[in-house]
Amino acid sequence: MAALSIYALTGAALVGLGFFGLLAARHLLRRVVAFNLIGSGLFLYFGAAATRGAAPDPVPQALIITGIVVALAASALAVALVVAQVRAAGRATLPEEEDAP
Amino acid sequence: MSALLACLVLPLLGALAAVALPRRAVAAVLAGVVALTLVAAVGLAVAVHSGGVVRLALGGWSPPLGIALAADGLGAAFVLLTALVMAGVAAAARDEMTPQGAGPRAAFGFWPLMLLLWGALNAVFLSRDLFNLYVGIELLTLAAVALVAIGGRAEAIAAAMRYLIFALAGSLLYLAGVVLIYGAHGTLDIDLVAARDAAAPDGLALALMTAGLLVKTALFPFHVWLPPAHASAPAPASALLSALVPKASFVILLRLWFEAMPDLGTDRALLLLGVLGAAAILWGSLRALVQARLKLIVAYSTVAQLGYLFLVFPLAGGAAGAQPWTAGAWTGAIFQALSHGLAKAAMFLAAGLFMAAAGSDRLGALRGLARVMPMTAFAFALASVTLISLPPSGGFTAKYLLMTSSFAAGQWIWALVMTLGGLLTAGYLYRPMAALFAREGGEGVQTVARARQAVPLVLAGLAILLGILSAAPFDFLQIGRPEAAEEGP
Amino acid sequence: MSALLPVLILATSLITAAITFFLPEASRVLRNALNLGGAVLKLGLIVAMLVAVAGGAVYEASLPLAPGLVLLLRVDAIALLFVSLSGTLWLLTTVYAIAYFGTKAHQSRFFGFFSLCVAATTGLAMSGSLISFFLFFELLTLSTWPLVAHKQDGASLRAARSYLLFALPGSAALLWAIIWLESATGPVLFTEPPDLSGLDPWELRAIFALFILGVGVKAALVPLHGWLPAAMAAPAPVSALLHAVAVVKAGAFGVIRVIYDVFGPQTVAALGVGVPLAALASLTIVWGSIRALQQDEIKKRLAFSTVSQVSYIVLGAALAGPYAMIGALVHLVHQGLMKITLFFCAGIYDERAGVKRIEGLNGLGARMPWTSACFSLGALGMIGLPPMAGFVSKVYLGLGALEAGAPWVLGVLAASTLLNAAYFLPLLYRLWFLPAAGDATGDERAPVLVAPAVVTAAASLGVGALAASAVSPLRWAELIITRGYLP
Repeated sequence: MAALSIYALTGAALVGLGFFGLLAARHLLRRVVAFNLIGSGLFLYFGAAATRGAAPDPVPQALIITGIVVALAASALAVALVVAQVRAAGRATLPEEEDAP
Repeated sequence: MSALLACLVLPLLGALAAVALPRRAVAAVLAGVVALTLVAAVGLAVAVHSGGVVRLALGGWSPPLGIALAADGLGAAFVLLTALVMAGVAAAARDEMTPQGAGPRAAFGFWPLMLLLWGALNAVFLSRDLFNLYVGIELLTLAAVALVAIGGRAEAIAAAMRYLIFALAGSLLYLAGVVLIYGAHGTLDIDLVAARDAAAPDGLALALMTAGLLVKTALFPFHVWLPPAHASAPAPASALLSALVPKASFVILLRLWFEAMPDLGTDRALLLLGVLGAAAILWGSLRALVQARLKLIVAYSTVAQLGYLFLVFPLAGGAAGAQPWTAGAWTGAIFQALSHGLAKAAMFLAAGLFMAAAGSDRLGALRGLARVMPMTAFAFALASVTLISLPPSGGFTAKYLLMTSSFAAGQWIWALVMTLGGLLTAGYLYRPMAALFAREGGEGVQTVARARQAVPLVLAGLAILLGILSAAPFDFLQIGRPEAAEEGP
Repeated sequence: MSALLPVLILATSLITAAITFFLPEASRVLRNALNLGGAVLKLGLIVAMLVAVAGGAVYEASLPLAPGLVLLLRVDAIALLFVSLSGTLWLLTTVYAIAYFGTKAHQSRFFGFFSLCVAATTGLAMSGSLISFFLFFELLTLSTWPLVAHKQDGASLRAARSYLLFALPGSAALLWAIIWLESATGPVLFTEPPDLSGLDPWELRAIFALFILGVGVKAALVPLHGWLPAAMAAPAPVSALLHAVAVVKAGAFGVIRVIYDVFGPQTVAALGVGVPLAALASLTIVWGSIRALQQDEIKKRLAFSTVSQVSYIVLGAALAGPYAMIGALVHLVHQGLMKITLFFCAGIYDERAGVKRIEGLNGLGARMPWTSACFSLGALGMIGLPPMAGFVSKVYLGLGALEAGAPWVLGVLAASTLLNAAYFLPLLYRLWFLPAAGDATGDERAPVLVAPAVVTAAASLGVGALAASAVSPLRWAELIITRGYLP
């Protein structure tokens, strides 16, 4: 039970960090990283919280792998868009947030 | 059953083919895939109509081990809507998404993305598993974001980036809810979740999932990403984004609140959803009134029209369920989603043709276009009739059902909002109409072939037909209707 | 067969509309033949039904939509009164419009919406349930808008916009009234009065007010009449149709339906809403006449005259007695015949002599005797000179007022007659007795344009003079009352 809590707590902490990054960061690449942090935290929590009894539950593992693939695809698209944004606008922030630090 | 599988697999295979095959072969393959998937969607609807809900357990594994797919009246209706809109958009995009017209990159990228979007939409409409729904909606989001960015202009990329940030945040919220559900109940199958014993995290899980889906449905106040994204995409892409994409997350919301966890629908939560919907109707309409560009007007109109969908929650949702009016409200909201899908696709395609002719979508540039393109202008007018919800359109049937329910439920305030919304809609659509039908202007614009003009007309006509022949679709939507939306005594 | 006839009669104009939209602008002969053919066919069907309905037959056809939404067409005596009026005047207006437009542009669009407008009016007349009535009421709004905007100049577009500004909130009010009422009573059919016991009197009064707000916009009740005088910017055939058959009559017919078939005269009396409505109608009659007096443009004067005259129908319905009801029904037809004559003539003056304002009428009687004679007949009928059509209407309205115990209405009728004379007689004086200006032109070498006016003028004389004969509108109105509304 103690080990489980450590995984779950770490997951929760990662989610919290990620959300902070999402809100505080202006640079788009930082935001992409923040998303990945939230995703990783969720998956960690998922793996920890869904353990039932002694035998490991295979379903969360399958779902987490699927989730990671999806998150990878999303990150790839996000990075591609960041590159396109830098090429088109010359900076890696959104137009309405440019005057922010 | 094979039709159900074909609806999922054909578009995805088509998307692969569109990337892999040499360019000369792509056109023929695309036409084949679109036609076959349309046939499969019609076949699925026929099967549901004649034999009731079509179920499929992937690989022969039934839940909780396997993942269930099912087509009920709701799912099959949206699959059919998607097929019709896709076919129309594909016909329109043949001439618009060409290397000469839209640039080589957009012309190449549009087709696989469109088919990917199609597959993702069908997956969402047919899945009975919360995680499968997550994968579907994530795939949908990625394809949709890419479609916004495809034009390559700076404003389009910024809009796509903003859309992606909102959508990913929404996905993560939804995923967090899914994790909580699995942690508490060890299953993600909708029917098994419905039969669960209540647990402490259920409320939080539903709240998280709902919040995530609201962001993706662009419900007020999470709508800010939608107008720039829909307005800066190429017109055929905008048609898909506005007509279909928000409907997918709305369908998941319906599944959650009416099928998976109807017991959690407290009056206050349902009221909140209704209030946000009402605010969307009024705010979206007011913003649409002051826009100077046609595509922005149409995009803000989407924000407003999506608001009507959320009136279903206070009118039909909740543990109280089974009131005489719930079936009417539930079906009315789905009618609204279907007719808005057809009409909005017609409207964006028409806007694309106007832009092709006049070179701009500023209202001033549209003056007098009705004389040059009477068919397109007529299609725009027909689509407006549905959005204003004047009879005999599908939009009227939808709002009639919702208004009747709101009176029957003693919540006439929603009827007032809908009436105001209708009048505001007439107001913001009058401006482009007045410009189109102006006497002067329209000189020296490019002419557009009649065949291209026919597509929006057909889609807008279907939206009207949905109202004139509303009895059959109404009965169709009752197939496999969740008990929570059952008609009471 | 009995289900087919109402559908056929609707189809004669719907199919005509659908084909006309797609006809190339240049195929004039085909378009004219199609529209005339549709109109003649429709008139034939109407005559067949008139004979059968006089013998007691009733035609019904229905199409179920979503639950609670049933499209019900029902042709009985009262429906047929309005159908006959619109069918007859459609044929005449089509002839007139073909001559009026000649080789002008955008005719396929015009005739398409024109047919659609008549289809809506016919459907509205035949509606057997409240919600069917609403469906056609809205179709009418939609199909009239392009007709009002047809010229596409500033004035037409402004008129069209003001029409929508009045009509759409009116529709919203009507829809509210219907849904509010039906949420308590279930779907309302005109043949069986709904059970109103589930609603308290104040709710019923509010619903009644919403109904009157909804149909009152189209009936141009003061203060909802603002769009009508502006709409005279439309081409003459449109004005003729708008003022005589389509829009204002739809509103007036709606008032009759609401009072007689939705609430029932007894309930209206019990709620005490009949007298306020009669007062509003009286105000409209007087106000419209006074405003007409101030207009120097012929069409504008006629438009305000319509505001005033249509409220005779509302007044008759609001008095809620057999005689008043006969007056209302018969005036529905009479006003249509007289007003369409006047608008036909106003169009001819404009087309053939370039005369838009009343000063231009000076001495025109000599150069355009047929048109001027028709105009004079129509005007004298409006004033109510015996034995013209207007006289018959006013007699029955007066009898109805006495029967309903509202003698003050007689005063309104008298005042209105004086005002009618005051704004029509100067026109006649100018036509026949004043010398023409030196540079005046004008002729009537356009027999197809003048013929419809001659027919309607003769008819408005005939229906009055022969009111006592077996086949007059008056007899038909009496038939309606004895069949459906006498206890």
